[in-house]
Amino acid sequence: MSPSDIPRRQLLAGIGAGLALSGCERIGSTAPAQSLFDATDGFSRGAMRLVTNRSALAREYEEADMSPRFRANGSREPQGAEWQAHRATGFRDWRLTIGGLVARPLSLSLDQLRQMPRRVQITRHDCVEGWSAIGKWHGVPLRLILDLAGANERTRYVLFRCADEIGGVPYYETIDMVEALHPQTILAYGMNDALLPVPHGAPLRLRSERQLGYKHAKFVMGIEAIDSFANIAGGKGGYWEDRSDYDWWAGI
Amino acid sequence: MAVRGREGISNQAEQVVRRHGLATRLWHWINVVAVFTLIGSGLTIFNAHPRLYWGSYGANFDPAWLEIDDRAGGSEGFLRIGGIEVETTGFLGVFEKDGSTRTRAFPHYLTIPANYSLADGRRYHLFAAWVFGLSGLVYVIVSLLNGHARRALLPRRAELRPRHLWQEVKDHARLRFPKGDAARSYNSLQKLSYLVVIFGLLPLMVLTGLGMSPNMNAAWPWILDMFGGRQSARSVHFICATLIGAFIIVHLLMVIAAGPVREIRSMITGRLRIDREETV
Repeated sequence: MSPSDIPRRQLLAGIGAGLALSGCERIGSTAPAQSLFDATDGFSRGAMRLVTNRSALAREYEEADMSPRFRANGSREPQGAEWQAHRATGFRDWRLTIGGLVARPLSLSLDQLRQMPRRVQITRHDCVEGWSAIGKWHGVPLRLILDLAGANERTRYVLFRCADEIGGVPYYETIDMVEALHPQTILAYGMNDALLPVPHGAPLRLRSERQLGYKHAKFVMGIEAIDSFANIAGGKGGYWEDRSDYDWWAGI
Repeated sequence: MAVRGREGISNQAEQVVRRHGLATRLWHWINVVAVFTLIGSGLTIFNAHPRLYWGSYGANFDPAWLEIDDRAGGSEGFLRIGGIEVETTGFLGVFEKDGSTRTRAFPHYLTIPANYSLADGRRYHLFAAWVFGLSGLVYVIVSLLNGHARRALLPRRAELRPRHLWQEVKDHARLRFPKGDAARSYNSLQKLSYLVVIFGLLPLMVLTGLGMSPNMNAAWPWILDMFGGRQSARSVHFICATLIGAFIIVHLLMVIAAGPVREIRSMITGRLRIDREETV
């Protein structure tokens, strides 16, 4: 039977079903489709920032609104010897290093961070999976640390290097300056009126309140002011971005 | 009786009328692709956390009003809505794929992509959402401005009388469709359902979708207040998607019942072949 023998209606139905089932995925995994999806992420970011106030504050809640139990997700405890040693000594000798495009590279202890002006905020944490939890975070605004180190005007992103590894690959994240300089973007050392618990990223984690949970790097060891993340790890700006193509901008 | 009498003669003559405008046809086929992608990828995203809540927060330790899950070591799937639980083994929660048992909420043949990937599902969903949202916005504005929505979709007063509506419900149930001049425009059930979908469900999908974006929550917190919190917005998103799915199923059944070739052709060319109504 030659193709011309196939009744037109059957052919159309076949094309329809093919598109619907296998075709959709094949189209989706091609390089043009992937770059279209990458562009979509940038388009969403640009469009939202165009029509909304880019320094708008995330909603802050009352104590009564807090989740009775805040679920921990992702890495619960880094296995690396360095972090384990810090934990064993109550993070006494732990230091946050600040480097990259800064005038004064810094090394700050937990006590020094706690002595800086602090921000306490009760916010909602939204996981990319769909669930939400409301908790209270105590920390130092990232902007103050960047000012202290003298991040220069070439800085376009802030990189967070973490102590946790997933499958032997270190976790890291990057955010742009709109989020980095936002007043609610803090490095949190406390949660719900206590020290930051290990499953939530002790001793220090990022809160980037207008983005999904995977941007909120836990177990932060060092931060760097950078102008590009193309040459860092997989080049996509974060652990999940490299591993499974999660969108770099996680505002939606 | 009169209707049946008319049918007898009407088959002898056909007439071709201009039925659907270009904008309507374009938007229809854009939506076929966009909504198909949105529903499939939406089910993938739902599978990442197959529980729905009311209020601002909701996670595994909080009570869910709807959940799909498996138990008994992954041998039994179930759907629970409020206090009502239905066993769904083989379809929801637990199903077979390539000869092995899978434990996910919605089965692979309903999701995009078929092999679970939240990241890919989100990329399909957000791309299709822009296509759907922007084309919908243009269509709604144009059809309001040029009067199409009013002329084609707003029911006339006489059509809203209970007796008239009931008659149409009965005609629909008996798959007795309008002929002649009556087939040139939508009947009142069609008008009402298209109005509810286009000006109710579709905008609700966009609003509840934006209501789940942490960035939009900061910029436009009124969306959160409108639905009573992010998890409520997520629940409403799912409920409206279910209603749209139901609309699509009924719509397709009606197209099949009314003559699929004729109907699909009219949505492509704009011209509908209708049976000529002989004057009584």
